[in-house]
Order: sequence, then C-alpha cells, then structure tokens
Amino acid sequence: MNIKKNIALSDTGFIFNPSTGESFSVNPIGVEIIKLIRDGKEKDQIKESILEKYQTDDATFERDYYDFVNIMNHYNLTEIDE
Amino acid sequence: MNKKKITVAVTGLNAVDNPGPGVPVIRALKESEYFDARIIGFSYESLEPGIYMHDIVDKTYQIPYPSAGTESLLQRLEYINDIEHIDVLIPNFDAELYSFMKIEDTMKTMGIKMFLPTFEQFEERHKVNLATFGKKYDIKVPYDRAIFSTSEIFGLTGDFTYPVVVKGKYYDASIAYNPEQVLTYFNKISSKWGLPIIIQQFIYGSEYNVIALGDGEGNTIGAVPMRKQFITDKGKAWAGIAIDDKELLKMTHDIIGKTKWRGGMELELMKTADNEYYMLEINPRIPAWVYLAVGAGQNLPEALVKLAIGDEVKPYTEFKVGKMFIRYSWDMIVDISEFEHISTFGEF
Amino acid sequence: MEKLRYERPIIKKLETGMPNKFGMRTEYTPMTHIDGVAVKELIKEYGSPLFVLSEKTMRNTLKSAKQAFTTRYPKVQFAWSYKTNYLDAVCNVFHQEGSWAEVVSGFEYQKALDNHVPGNKIIFNGPDKSDSDLKRAISNDSYIHIDHLEELYSVISIAKELNKKPRVSIRVNMDTGIYPMWDRFGFNYENGQAWDAINKIMLSEHLELVGLHSHIGTFMLSANAYAVAAFKLADLTVNIQRKYDYHLKYLDLGGGFASKNTLKGSFLPGADISPTFNDFAEAITGSLINSEIDPHHLPVLILETGRALIDEAGFLLGSVVANKRLSTGKRATIIDVGVNIMFTSFWYEHKLTPAQEFTHYTEDTIVYGPLCMNIDVIRENVNLPLLNKGDQVVIHYVGAYNMTQWMQFITLRPKVVMIDLKGKSHIIRDNETNSSITSLEKIPEHLMKFEL
Repeated sequence: MNIKKNIALSDTGFIFNPSTGESFSVNPIGVEIIKLIRDGKEKDQIKESILEKYQTDDATFERDYYDFVNIMNHYNLTEIDE
Repeated sequence: MNKKKITVAVTGLNAVDNPGPGVPVIRALKESEYFDARIIGFSYESLEPGIYMHDIVDKTYQIPYPSAGTESLLQRLEYINDIEHIDVLIPNFDAELYSFMKIEDTMKTMGIKMFLPTFEQFEERHKVNLATFGKKYDIKVPYDRAIFSTSEIFGLTGDFTYPVVVKGKYYDASIAYNPEQVLTYFNKISSKWGLPIIIQQFIYGSEYNVIALGDGEGNTIGAVPMRKQFITDKGKAWAGIAIDDKELLKMTHDIIGKTKWRGGMELELMKTADNEYYMLEINPRIPAWVYLAVGAGQNLPEALVKLAIGDEVKPYTEFKVGKMFIRYSWDMIVDISEFEHISTFGEF
Repeated sequence: MEKLRYERPIIKKLETGMPNKFGMRTEYTPMTHIDGVAVKELIKEYGSPLFVLSEKTMRNTLKSAKQAFTTRYPKVQFAWSYKTNYLDAVCNVFHQEGSWAEVVSGFEYQKALDNHVPGNKIIFNGPDKSDSDLKRAISNDSYIHIDHLEELYSVISIAKELNKKPRVSIRVNMDTGIYPMWDRFGFNYENGQAWDAINKIMLSEHLELVGLHSHIGTFMLSANAYAVAAFKLADLTVNIQRKYDYHLKYLDLGGGFASKNTLKGSFLPGADISPTFNDFAEAITGSLINSEIDPHHLPVLILETGRALIDEAGFLLGSVVANKRLSTGKRATIIDVGVNIMFTSFWYEHKLTPAQEFTHYTEDTIVYGPLCMNIDVIRENVNLPLLNKGDQVVIHYVGAYNMTQWMQFITLRPKVVMIDLKGKSHIIRDNETNSSITSLEKIPEHLMKFEL
C-alpha cells in the first residue's frame, strides 16, 4: 500500500487531492506516518520509529495505525503497490 | 485632513446568495473620510468570501460558533485582541448577537467597544414577542402564535387563513399552504434553531425595508427606506431603491424614540393593497443592503463606529431618493494555499 | 531523551460549508482538578466512575441565591428540596446554611427527621401523602401543602381525630405563559378552584391556612413566568385579606430555576442563557412588592430551589473504556459512566471535558456508556480531543436528580464523595456491593438447588 503519488501533503497537515478536489487535515503524528509510508517504510518499521519517539505501546499503536490507514482508504488517498 | 486610525472587527463575511452584512459594512468603513480603518474579519467557516477579499479585509480570524458558549468565544477574542488591539467590533448575525451582548462588559475591559441594543430592546422586538411589541408601540403586526409541538399544528386552522409563514426563532422562514407543509417546516426549522416555531399570518403586498441607526438616547442618527425591486428565491433583495416615504420614516423615528434604540436596525414591512403597513420583523442589526444607505449619502457604519467610541455624531437628515442598489456576483480566483491557511491555522 | 505524549493519528475531511473547528484553539478546557484535588487522585483512591460534590460550590451558590432575594425582599426562607439530592451530607450542608426541609413523601419526611430538622421547619408537598404520613406531620406541626380535595378532607378528619389545628397551604397551579402548563398539581387559579379551596379552609374551624404554594414548572428559562406566578399568588393573598381580614404568613414560590445545563435542542449553551438568581429574584419580589399586599404584613417568601443550587456542585468522573469506529466512519468512545447513573443525560447535553491536557486536534465523537443497551448514550455528538483508553473525563453539572433518580442496573452504583472547604475528600455514600442488592432477595426453598 502507498499514498497516491499526486496527493499533496504540506507540513501544516493539509492534504489536497488534485484529482477529486477534496482537501483534508491531518494531525502532526499523522503527517509523520504518511511521510514514512511515502518513504516506502513497512508497518513494522513505522511502528518502531513511532514507539521510539512517543509514549505508547505496541497494541495501541497497531490499532490506531490500522484505523488511520482504513480511513485513508475510505477517502481514496491510497493505492495498492504494484 | 488626517483621518483617525482605528481597528474594527467585523463578522458576517459570507457575501453569498443569502448575504451577511459584513462586506458592505467594511466597504462603508473603508470609504470613510473620518476613519482610516484597519479591518479584522471574523469568520465561522473557511469559505466565507470576505476572508479572501484582501483589498478590504486586512486579516481574518475564525471564531467559535455561538453554540460553543461565551467562554470559548472570550478565550478566542483575548487571543486575537492581544495581536490586533481591536477598538470596535460590529457583530452582524442575529444568532451571535445574544452572545456578544452577554460579554459586552468584559469586552469593554479588553478595550473592545460595541454599539448594541440592550437586552430589553433585543428581547422586546424578538419574533416571539412581536405581537406585544406592536400593541405597545401602536404598530400593525400580522397575527402570530408561537407553537412548541407538532400537535398544535392542526389546531391552527381556527385562527389562521392559509398560507401562513413558519418561522424559526433566529432564522429561516417558509410559506406553508396547508398543515402538512407546516409540519414539514416545523421539523426542518426546529431541528436547526430549536423551539418555539412561530406561525405568522401571511400578508399579501409588497415588501419595504428601512435601515436605521439609533443613538440609545432616542435620537435617530440615520434612516433610509427601501423598496425591494427584485427578490431572490431565498426572499433576499437583489435590487432595491431608496424611496421618499414620510410614513415609513415617521414610523422609524417613532420606534427609535420610544424604545431609545441603541445600534443598527432593520424594519421589515409589508404594504397591503389598501396601503397599510404591517411590521413583519425588526432585525437588531445592520442589514446586508446597508451599502445603499451609504450610496444615498448616509454612512451609517461610520456613524455606528463613532457612537461606539464616543465621538460626536451629527444625525443625517436627508438622503438621495432614487438611488438604487443592484447586487451582482463576482468570481474571485483564489489559490488553494489561501484556503489551506485559513483551514489549518484558523487565521489568514 | 524523554518520549513525547502520544496522540493517535487522525485525518479529517474539510467539509466546506460545515462548521470547521480545525486550527481553532480548543473549545473545551481540560478540568484536571476539582477544588484543588486532582481528578486522577480521586479516581485512584475511590475508583471510577465516581460522583464528586463540592461543598464550597454548594455553599457559595446558596449564598448568592440568598443574597439575590434578601437584598430585594425583607423576609426570605429557603427550603432544601430533598428529591433533588437527599444524601444526608448534602441536606445537612443546606441545613447548616439555614435552609428548611421540603419533602414530597413519607420516606423523605423520615429522612428530614433523622437529620434532626425540627418538625415545624419541614414543608410537606406532593400528591401522595398517606394517612399515617399526615398524622405524623400534623403531630410534628409541619407545614402541609394540600394538593387535592381528597387530601383536604383527610387532613380535616385527622385534625378532628388528633384534636389539633394543622397548619396548611394549598398548591396553586396557573397559566404563567409557559409551555407545558403544570396543571396536574394543586388547584387551578384561573378557573376558581384555588379560591374555592381557600374558602373551604378559611371556613373550616379545624385548619389554619398559613400560606399559598406554587411550582410552575421545571428548568424554567424565563424569569418572567415567576413574575406572573407571584402576581397571581399575591392576588389571592389580597383577596383573603379583604374577605377575611386575615394575613397569610408565607408565599412559597417553589422551585424550577434552571441550572447551567444545556437542554437538548437548545441552540445556545445553558451557561449563556439560563437566567441568574438576580433575574428570578427581580421577577418574583417585584411582583410581590408592587402588589396590594398590606406592606405591614408582607408574607415570608419561601423558595424550594433545588436544581439551581446543586447542579453545578456535582461532577461525575469516568474513564475511557475503548474507542471504536462505527460503520459510518464516525468515532465512538465508550466510557464507564452509563445512563443508569446519569439519568439527566436523557434531557441534557452535559458538558464533558477531559481530565488531562491535549493538543487542539479533535474528532466529532459519540460517547457511549458501558451498558449492554442501545439507549446508553451519554452524548450524541461532541467534539473531543483524541482520548486514549484509560484517560479520564469529567461530566459537569450532575448534582441535581442523578443521585436520587439513579438506577441499579447491570452494574453497581459507585461512591459519592464530597470535597470539604479545606480540600479534604469524604465518602458520603459508599459504593454498592453485590450483597447490598442480594441481601434483600429471598429464594423459595424449592429453587435453592439445581444441577447443570
């Protein structure tokens, strides 16, 4: 899975989807995760880097991560890797 | 002549098809020969056109909806005022007036002045109390009744002749031709604005409006009557003409004199076929067509700001009859980065 | 390096034309302490959920209510409405501040006696007073507020039997221009029922009519309705004065003053629109003072305010059990506070704030209670920060009715603590245990045993 190439993400957490005209807002940790996904990181690598930086645990993050990715799917912001 | 520098905050930047008065109020202030006004826009949503009109709005901040409570409104105002040092605030929405009236004293201690009606004036002219208002000040008003439940709808037939107007406490009015339609509008309007719902007898005729400004001592600082010439499907005037109607002016002076009205107001009247005026509504604020008054020679927003800061104001006694306003829409081209900015930071 | 506080990632679609709270400062302010005591500590010590009452807020609220009335009218007496919250510690705070007791049942009457309220400082209201309740109240010289003719006749016959002259009032209902009109209690003013009952009492040698009572509604957002009620009671008072040359001792305007809660469907929050004590006092005392009541015989003004005196003093602390996403994509948060202990969530949108600091990122959330029942909804839509499991929340303005109307359902009812003026917390009602419920049960012999 990856974030669609044409999606514009700014550091302020503003996302613009040029093909649909929709815009979104993401909180800072969400921005971090999207950037990691864009860099081609896998879920476990992302988890590692978040757990290193924030006070949370494996299970909590994993649940929140899947929820986040699901919502991004829902908004058509992701695509399946070829 | 050196113009007086002043910072004025204005709400109602929604210059859309059911426009708020913010943008015309700002134009009036920008054209003032007395003030050199810096304008701070207050918006609720990120697509209010005024936010993007950088030639007349110097900076815009989003503020919380009245339903969030005055506590969070005050917090936001404190933040904004620390940066902008606002002298005067002109609220332009009916639904926000109550909240601003409530915090008027606290705002004064922050150095922000307003020129609003008193709670008594605000309540007395309220749609729910219009019948009593009419009786007290000897003005004809359409028969009306506030209802609290849908079970009261079918009992209306005894006292009303259809069509009737179904009105919300703050906003929204629809004409209903039968009880089923009343039921539909009751549910629609009450879910948005709460109870009661006001049922008002529909009056056939042509619509006349008056914009006026009272100084709180009983004096009329300015007043311009207007006849609506073109009305949109939302019932808003898209064109209107300043008229010389002595009766309307007398009625306005009379109301302002008796109520000692403080601030801007709009009278909405219906003139029947036999030349009788019925008062439909009294809005306790400047209307969206205020720029017609400016064009006809009465800069009422400027006068209101003067009243707010305690500068001397000479009442306007005349205006140019026959001046018209014709509204038009205008497509601004805006970069998405501007939308991003207001959406993300709540200021722009 | 110390790790940063974690917040779950969220993405929100910017709905144009819809209210847009993004980038705004927070709408809520976290409430981390109540009267200087940390919410976290309270939950640690007493468990979650937990009712917390602030003695300071109770006393201060009553003082400001008293001040509003006594500065406008010479004779004022408050009576604590037991049904609003009859935990003994709560009642005694009000009794210490000089309030009488206002009760509506034999149970409440006994509670007042047990709290050592003198019988002649108890007002006995309500439509269902049994003969034994009435006997006890008459023997104790309590004020009996008669609700219907049957009760009037019962009181007369008991008075004869005991050879006492009970001190009575009648409850008067009336049109005060508000909806709904409470005409189910007492005698109607407009159709002459009230005047008729007054005459019956005045002409009976067995009863002493000492006052008139009204209670026009609940959660009143219009102070003016009380002006109308006071005007009508004053009118009856003047008529009694004229006809019998007799002066009533008191007028009891009842309760019903709104608190700061927000009613469902209200556009503006209750904290902004509810009238103040000054507004109510101005309305009521204005009517009385401007009436034709003989100024040398002004009746005592009795007030049975309950909700407005205690709602703001009550907090309900809870903890997040879980977060969910519903099929519509909407965020749901489950907390351990259910509607069984928060009855008022059926008609209020209770203010709900987190008990710890958060960033300004929020999500529209539906807040569910822990019960296995679909109606267990605490808030249908509230903009909340990103709460994690175990985070704590404070529900505000729950002092009135919740600790009397709560239900033991599925779970057991939690502790109630009161924080005193020095910031010390006291348990004023312990949590229930299984045996508090099962000790009342009895199993018939043949149902004692089974095999599975």
